[in-house]
Amino acid sequence: MKHRLQFAAKKLLRMALLLLGVSLVSFLLMCASPLDPLQTNVGQVALGSMSQEQVAQLEAYWGVDTPPVQRYVGWLLGVLHGDLGSSLLYRQPVLAIIGQRLAGSVLLLLTAWIISGILGMTLGVIAGACRGQWPDKLIRGYCLLISSTPAFWLAILLLLIFAVWLGWLPVGLSVPIGMDAASVTLTDRLSHAVLPALTLSITGVANIALHTREKMVDVMESDYVLFAKARGESMRSIVLRHGLRNVLLPGITLQFASISEIIGGSVLVEQVFSYPGLGQAAVTAGLGSDLPLLLGITVITSAIVFGGNLIADLLYGVVDPKIRRRAAKG
Amino acid sequence: MKTAGRMNRRQSTLIFLVCAAGVLAVVMIMGIALEDAALETDFSRTNLAPCPEYLFGTDWMGRDMFVRTLAGLSLSIRIGILTAAVSAVMALLLGTAAAMLGSRADAVISWVIDLVMGIPHILLVMLISIACGRGFAGVVAGVSLSHWPSLARVIRGEVLQLKQAPYILAAEKLGASRIANVRRHMIPHLLPQFLTGTILLFPHAILHEASVTFLGFGLSSEQPAIGVILSESMQYLTTGRWWLALFPGLCLVAVVILFALLGERARMLLDPSSVHE
Repeated sequence: MKHRLQFAAKKLLRMALLLLGVSLVSFLLMCASPLDPLQTNVGQVALGSMSQEQVAQLEAYWGVDTPPVQRYVGWLLGVLHGDLGSSLLYRQPVLAIIGQRLAGSVLLLLTAWIISGILGMTLGVIAGACRGQWPDKLIRGYCLLISSTPAFWLAILLLLIFAVWLGWLPVGLSVPIGMDAASVTLTDRLSHAVLPALTLSITGVANIALHTREKMVDVMESDYVLFAKARGESMRSIVLRHGLRNVLLPGITLQFASISEIIGGSVLVEQVFSYPGLGQAAVTAGLGSDLPLLLGITVITSAIVFGGNLIADLLYGVVDPKIRRRAAKG
Repeated sequence: MKTAGRMNRRQSTLIFLVCAAGVLAVVMIMGIALEDAALETDFSRTNLAPCPEYLFGTDWMGRDMFVRTLAGLSLSIRIGILTAAVSAVMALLLGTAAAMLGSRADAVISWVIDLVMGIPHILLVMLISIACGRGFAGVVAGVSLSHWPSLARVIRGEVLQLKQAPYILAAEKLGASRIANVRRHMIPHLLPQFLTGTILLFPHAILHEASVTFLGFGLSSEQPAIGVILSESMQYLTTGRWWLALFPGLCLVAVVILFALLGERARMLLDPSSVHE
């Protein structure tokens, strides 16, 4: 138990350092930008018609005149007090915006994550068990096709088919337009989330399915499966009792490591569906040079990704007795 | 089991490689030649659905979508080659440095790899693109500076393993110089991995270029890039102009699949463990 705690503490420390690095790198990248926030948000014409004082005031608001070091240290001190600063575009605290947007995204991310995980694992097990036969070829072809398809184009395609052509589902947003917030029903929310979640689930499958297939192929060629076959076990029982158990662990790890991809995909998909989630906020912040908001989103999403990796590392020890014993010895 | 008249797998793979590379080269060259034609507007032929004359239809400014798509694909392929090459060189340098320069360098480089992989890919490309002022430079810098970590990790692992491999240790004991050792024993082993890794970077690079351009952080809207074409098509979806989005996207998928297959087949040819299959 002590080793496990030590291991977790070490990982947590590393994670904190990495997050610090992420914030510094993103801050520097945004500071290095030659794009003038005043020009992009206020516009050349409006700036020209303003008095010197007004321009100076705006510059102070967008933080153009403060030296970068001072800005970063100020931001870091704020973070230690649990304050990520205020968004310049939305004029609200960054944490409030992220919380609000994340609540919208979580529904998408979680359903896509679970569906793609289960579907990918199932397809991988089937493909691995039928190596070389038609189900395997079909699944591999599907994975190649999906991993070569940009998420946003798939989103456009689904939008064309289900929203424009068939008219079954709404075109975008998370609630119907012009409706009172109180009268929005759960069905409304769900029907608006179906297409984005479907897109994300479809794209997330390829990676996990291919990896699970590789593992499954290894398992099927192992001595213990040969022995099981010799004993006369049925294919079904071999897959369920020997295959699935051995494939599950790397599959779960991979699934936790894939959080980064799902978040990346959600940026694109939310943009296509105008779904008000975290990804869309990131694009808005990026295009509008809203430094505090983009910085906040980058740090929070990276924290989620690192958290996923940490859980994967810890799960390895919990699930696999071999690793647990080795860690205890070493 | 093959009959004498049929080609073996190696030959058919080689023919496939040549054909795929040929198709991609033709698309690239045609795109460069048609770049001016892609920008040509003609208001007498706006919003035409696909027909024999305009295979992919025309848009609201009367631009021929087939020509625009070709030009866009060509641009994507060129950016893909450029960024994949830069990424691969970075991966090679950092991967070998991590493995050869001792534990401290290894710790630093591994930390940087973890850092880059921790930021969701598309966000990182966006951030770097912003730092370079968006546009062509932004996309190229963003994609090439964000795609090296996974390949660098592979190369680091390979070199670490090679350093301890019995045949390398034996060669050292036999008095082979360091340079000779690297040239005769390490590079032949690393090269196939590195080459296939590089080819397999293309699909990612092309997809991320299109995605970032689609979001508005990449190539400017005057350029005939696939990302620009698709983001413009978004405004016309609900009015039923499906061809604006369908064909350019399909072509992009086809190009990416071709690159992915190219990488997979090249690996089968170069990898000693599957070369005789």
